Amino acid sequence: MKQPSPRGEISTLVLNTITGTVDAGQDSLARLATLVEEAVAAVPDILYDDDLQLALFCLYELHYSGIDEAGDDWEWNPDLLRVRQQIEKAFERRVRDEVILGDLPGTTSEAVCAELFRMTGADSGPSMSRFVAKSATDDQLHEFAVHKSIFQLKEADPHTFAIPRLSGRAKAALVEIQADEYGNGLPARMHSALFARTMRELGMDDTYGAYLDAAPAITLATNNVMSLFGLNRRLRGAAVGHLAAYEMTSSQPNRLYSRGFKRHGYGEGATEYFDEHVEADAVHEQIAGRDMAGGLVESDPGLLQDVLFGAAAGLAIDTRMTIHIMEAWESGRSSLRPSAAMAS
Amino acid sequence: MTADMTPKAPVPVPERSLNSGNAAPVSIVACPNGPLLIRGDFELVGADGEELPRTRRTVALCRCGASVLKPYCDGSHKLTGFRSEP
Ligand code: FES
Repeated sequence: MKQPSPRGEISTLVLNTITGTVDAGQDSLARLATLVEEAVAAVPDILYDDDLQLALFCLYELHYSGIDEAGDDWEWNPDLLRVRQQIEKAFERRVRDEVILGDLPGTTSEAVCAELFRMTGADSGPSMSRFVAKSATDDQLHEFAVHKSIFQLKEADPHTFAIPRLSGRAKAALVEIQADEYGNGLPARMHSALFARTMRELGMDDTYGAYLDAAPAITLATNNVMSLFGLNRRLRGAAVGHLAAYEMTSSQPNRLYSRGFKRHGYGEGATEYFDEHVEADAVHEQIAGRDMAGGLVESDPGLLQDVLFGAAAGLAIDTRMTIHIMEAWESGRSSLRPSAAMAS
Repeated sequence: MTADMTPKAPVPVPERSLNSGNAAPVSIVACPNGPLLIRGDFELVGADGEELPRTRRTVALCRCGASVLKPYCDGSHKLTGFRSEP
């Protein structure tokens, strides 16, 4: 990934550190630890803090595609991991504050599946998909693509980290879903490739991370929560719950997104990504709820709360991003970061 | 237990070899309040016997009648409140 522009003292220092050698980085790591400690104690709301969300995003990115000019040996550098954990801890605490779980369902696969469908069916605030279908302007469609591109150009990757941590029915189900996400062996059918095509049809840059500078903190937070769950084995239940909720809230919105792009005259090249998700996710949500999440809880009932927490956390943070975008649009503003010009 | 304390188990013979022409058994899950989920090796054909367009191995067939992608499910059953149990 191309290096993003820093958004404050901490992300500046993170980027400076990882683009230098490990030997040269010792002093900045010590300073970074102090800065982060102060920042997480003082920050009013870490979900909306550009500097901390970007720093965390970059630290996670070392485990995905890497960052241009950052040495590969930083990925498992213990001092840098310690800094990541400082931010991660505050972030996880905040995400947990966001979630109140009601009465727990039983631990059979069917009970877990039904509870996940109940949670994802409950009305959770404004609908971006209805707005996109009916009223979004062409500029707003481009903004929408910017927000989505942060994840969709690496769609499926965070949850893939959970595969070796599962077994049996849950593992088979996760692999079945991910195989579909990755195009069943056809690179052009990978969902990330379909989204890249949508971006090209919109006249946008389809390089992973090209619009990172334009994405506000809350959009990064929706991504960071997936990496938090995917990269920590102790949170494998949450990774599974997150994916299940994601699949369960996808079919209908994607149908509406597709309609919005058609309304502006975009052709199949732009809408295929959304159309594919209507059908794919109607399959995935059944596999995800029953076999993956339900299968995991049946084999390990102790993970019930984590699964529901992951689902609820994903829904809550995504709702916050939707609120951010819709509030901006309703008051005639851009939902992107003001400083970042949208190159197209 | 160490390996040499265990009597040597015969290597399990796979139930079917890939390429044997034997298809994987088909399973159909009647998803409560939702579609029929079909896995395995099967052919999906229209009334004329021609294969229907299909892009994935496992499919969900609509049984609520509301899908606009029939025969596939498109999640509409959730909007219509379809109940599979009376
Ligand atoms: S069963 Fe899903 S749309 Fe009919």
